[in-house]
Amino acid sequence: MQAVRSQRKSFVKEVVPTLPLYRSAPALEVRLEEFELFALDRLRVLKGISDGLSRGKKHDEMQKLAIELWKTNMRHPQASEDVNKDIISHFVLRLVYCRTEDLRKWFLSMETALFRYRFMNEQPEPQRALMEEFDLPYKAVGGSELESVLDKLVQVSRSLGAQSQPTANDIFFKVPFEEVPELVASRRVFISKGHAYIARNQVVSLVATQFRSLLSKALILTNRKWTTTIAEQEKDRLTPIVEALSSSYLGPDYSEPKEFGQISLKDIDDAAKSSFPLCMRHVFEKLREDHHLKHGGRMQLGLFLKGVGLKLDDALAFWKAEFSQKVGVERFDKEYSYGIRHNYGREGKRTDYTPYSCQKIISSTPGVGDHHGCPYRYFSEENLRAALGKMGVTGRAVGDVMDKVKNKHYQLACTLTFEAIHGSSCDAGINHPNQYFKDSQTIIKSKNQSAA
Amino acid sequence: MTGEQVSKGSDDMMIDEYEQKQGSVVPEGFNSHYLKVYYGKLFPYADIFKWMSYGNDGKHPACDQSYFSRREFSFTLDNDVYLRFQSFNSASELESSVKEKCPVKIDIGPVYSVDPSKRHAYAQSGDNVFTPVERELIFDIDMSDYDDVRYCCSGADVCLECWPLMTIAIKVIDTALRDDFGFSHILWVYSGRRGVHCWVCDGKARRLTNEQRAAIADYFRVYKGNENSQKKVSFTGHALHPFLSRAYTGVLTEFFKKLLLSQKIFSTEERYEKILDMIPDPDQSITSELRGRWQEKRQTSSSKEDINVVRWEQLKTMLQSGKPKVQGLRRCVEEIVFSFTYPRLDMEVSKHMNHLLKAPFCVHPKTGRVCVPIDPNHCEDFDPTAVPTLSTLLEQLNIGGLRAEGDNEWDRTALGQSIRFFRSSFLQPLLKSCKEEMESSYTARLQQSKNSFNW
Ligand code: SF4
Ligand SMILES: [Zn+2]
Repeated sequence: MQAVRSQRKSFVKEVVPTLPLYRSAPALEVRLEEFELFALDRLRVLKGISDGLSRGKKHDEMQKLAIELWKTNMRHPQASEDVNKDIISHFVLRLVYCRTEDLRKWFLSMETALFRYRFMNEQPEPQRALMEEFDLPYKAVGGSELESVLDKLVQVSRSLGAQSQPTANDIFFKVPFEEVPELVASRRVFISKGHAYIARNQVVSLVATQFRSLLSKALILTNRKWTTTIAEQEKDRLTPIVEALSSSYLGPDYSEPKEFGQISLKDIDDAAKSSFPLCMRHVFEKLREDHHLKHGGRMQLGLFLKGVGLKLDDALAFWKAEFSQKVGVERFDKEYSYGIRHNYGREGKRTDYTPYSCQKIISSTPGVGDHHGCPYRYFSEENLRAALGKMGVTGRAVGDVMDKVKNKHYQLACTLTFEAIHGSSCDAGINHPNQYFKDSQTIIKSKNQSAA
Repeated sequence: MTGEQVSKGSDDMMIDEYEQKQGSVVPEGFNSHYLKVYYGKLFPYADIFKWMSYGNDGKHPACDQSYFSRREFSFTLDNDVYLRFQSFNSASELESSVKEKCPVKIDIGPVYSVDPSKRHAYAQSGDNVFTPVERELIFDIDMSDYDDVRYCCSGADVCLECWPLMTIAIKVIDTALRDDFGFSHILWVYSGRRGVHCWVCDGKARRLTNEQRAAIADYFRVYKGNENSQKKVSFTGHALHPFLSRAYTGVLTEFFKKLLLSQKIFSTEERYEKILDMIPDPDQSITSELRGRWQEKRQTSSSKEDINVVRWEQLKTMLQSGKPKVQGLRRCVEEIVFSFTYPRLDMEVSKHMNHLLKAPFCVHPKTGRVCVPIDPNHCEDFDPTAVPTLSTLLEQLNIGGLRAEGDNEWDRTALGQSIRFFRSSFLQPLLKSCKEEMESSYTARLQQSKNSFNW
């Protein structure tokens, strides 16, 4: 995007639909402070939605929350500027979040969620206008065609427990089923010969899918532009702001152990028992057991240990002690020590590798013989129960954890585990294995102090 | 379907002496020697190649010549070595590699953006260059997922008493794939042991995103809870979704009646207790009434009718009586039928493009059975215990004696029928529509470039 353009264009005369689709970059002047402030405000909204979702809030709670967040953060003192603020902040965040796959993914789902809640909040008229704006090639189904499937539509509606049933006067849209995956998944539509019949109040799904795919493509383009031109052109002005913005949400990356500084080799086993989250305990135990870990496991555990404060020399000694039992010292030195140095930035590109966040670990797909990944996600129920037992989670807490797992809230399951083991609450939730470790150590230290 | 040709019954005794000496006695089993012969003479490389090329091996200007070579194959070798990301440029490359490595299992993965065997070369050049771009929509249904509803065998075993569960799965899923989702190029394959695989090969199926795949898999899912939690079917609405109700009236109820007898679903206390457990009856009055009757019944079971049928009818009458205390339990009859019959898919397999699935015509190393296609229109006739096995095929090869001219060795074996079926009802129609699709997208593109030229 061209972040700043000199010509000022007025929005006043245009018929502005209430929700912008962010098709093109704002053709208006932006002051640098606004650039940053607007973006931060929007980030608060997105972050709030993200938190709400990861806490497992229900759909209507989320709807309320999102609209609240929007009202508190995105209102401009001058009402006429609301739309501009909306558009500018969106485009700035595009720059911030276009740069890695993980960032894009997060931004894409949060923006889509936000769009959906805002769309639902609109009146039918603006909703219809928006559909037109998308230029969706779908004709409303009516007349004899509607009548021929009406009994099926009624059946679907009844299967959903709806109070009132569709009639021949209602409007349905016929769309390829691929475009409304969530309605297909929950069997909320009638599907015939590849087409889903969607009711007026389900249009949001369709629109959100469109929105998402537009934005997804746009982000890739933005990324390309950013790396090829913008970053360099704007290196004195926008680039620093964009960079600062991206770290303002991402929070600590845990690549440098700060508070506790160090952990020594002899303490590792104790620390693993008391303060490693399940994902790390599991790879750690597997390493002790098999004297070997595949690449994914080595990365996950290696970077975590670095974040926890294991020095390079100790790390080498640690991995060597295990691996040499299986592959011999020589092969270890030849094949594996490189990777460990690499993690610490001593080989290869010399960049410091950052410990993996929960999101990254949860989205990894361990294959045969792999032990990395988030156990809450990929363990069978039986294994997970056993693992929880070993960590000292018992009684009702186990059921609560399993409940979260069933609803796919793995980080919440991990948070509950943390709370059960430590007997104290963890309000921020678990977002990073190194945060788990740090919070755990804090609690243990303070307990020791008060005991002393 | 292929049962008669294969069974080694009395017919074999009639073979004349000459043929017997030729060595019709090939002991049952699976070993690398047998497998070598199978890969050497019988495995249909050309058909697999044709299929996996989807018309791109032709001369048409719209053909993508790199298409087949971007497909991942992976081999499991005898010594448990697992070779992933194998790729081939032609049928003959595939053939010579298979013959050389003699894999006990061949898996087929997605088509990637670049040749998977060269993926490392692309790894440096930016993010996401090596990524799956096309993949058949696949389903994997495995009998061991049904262990809580079959009493004849468990785990890896199957018999003709429980196989109907697979028949149900094929019928229900196949119909929905065609009628609901509008797919038409669907291949069902026996997994060689205790389940079936399904390959949906329409162009639009191959291009589905992971999210869309997951949506279809979820559309088929009625069980709540995950793999290891107690599986539960629960319908809350006032009606069944049209897809479920079609499955229910068209397939499930009929098969349930059969399973009722063959699996003796109500025959013991332990078994009927399991069903009573499925009735969410707050004050227990219904369940205890039924239980009471069934316990008595044991003493006076003079009735000619099968006890399972009797008890099922009683339960149904009770729950559907419309009396106030059974209000809200009406759905329960359906829930029970679904629990005992409805297909159970391995969701993960279907949800991700990069899942591997065993190639048809592989031989299962434990059973020696060939993974032959199943005709969904006659799936009730399929008998897993009668599919060609490695040893019977070799026997048939031996019996055939001197080779007739032509190169189709399999024509002389029971495999012939399977391959002919594969070609006539799957491959040929598929290739025909690939060609049409290619033609029309090509014309469209021409048209488009013409238009933009005019500009
Ligand atoms: S939620 Fe995060 S910290 Fe907890 S086990 Fe999963 S990946 Fe590890
Ligand atoms: Zn059986």
